[in-house]
Amino acid sequence: MTVKEIIEKLQLQCLNEANLDAEVTGAYASDLLSDVMGNARSGQVWITMQTHKNVTAIASLRDLAAVVIVRGGMPDQDMLDHAKDEDVCILVSQDPTFQVCGKLYEILK
Amino acid sequence: MHYTFDIERGNFADAGQASSSVKRTLKQLGVAPANIRRAVVALFEAEINAVAHAYGGTIDVDIDGSKIVMVVADQGPGIPDLDAAMQEGWSTASAKVREMGYGAGMGLPNIKKNTDDLKIDTKVGVGTTVTMTIYLA
Repeated sequence: MTVKEIIEKLQLQCLNEANLDAEVTGAYASDLLSDVMGNARSGQVWITMQTHKNVTAIASLRDLAAVVIVRGGMPDQDMLDHAKDEDVCILVSQDPTFQVCGKLYEILK
Repeated sequence: MHYTFDIERGNFADAGQASSSVKRTLKQLGVAPANIRRAVVALFEAEINAVAHAYGGTIDVDIDGSKIVMVVADQGPGIPDLDAAMQEGWSTASAKVREMGYGAGMGLPNIKKNTDDLKIDTKVGVGTTVTMTIYLA
């Protein structure tokens, strides 16, 4: 399953196109940044409601496939600029975390 | 090879720049991905700790064929109870820092888990120096 296919299946809004053909190996849901830093794995999609620049820093440092911001959250401009510089794919879902996780689990399991 | 970076108090926007730069260098040097990951996790956490708690500091990174040594030295409040600080879940982070998703008390445990050697020199009212070593063999 590629990032592009996930965007289509979950009807996500894409705020920064990057790594669209990357293979998604799984997902990690957390709003605690050190939890993601320590426990996420490369190639995973990160589901979070955090919308600041350190999110893109972590996504890039840990080689995550994409960030999915839940409940229609809007990243600040700093985060979007950084996502462009670092080629981090930023996606937005209108659903809350539980629903996003459920849908992703169904298609990635 | 030696690299130096400055840490500015409360500058979360630029936090992670040293880690990114070190990651790029390690990649160019052909260091194994697992070791790059360990170095990056440890350095990022130490960088964030210094930004969140200290009044400024420096990062010094030395890379040779056998090891990566990363030293994060801050002028800050110091850590009064280092044993407590090493426990997962223990944190003195401010409300603002917690809102950003930090302050879960996972920083130092993450550093410990991802380094082969960890030395923390801390003095209350003076500062903290964290020396992290990763062996490449």
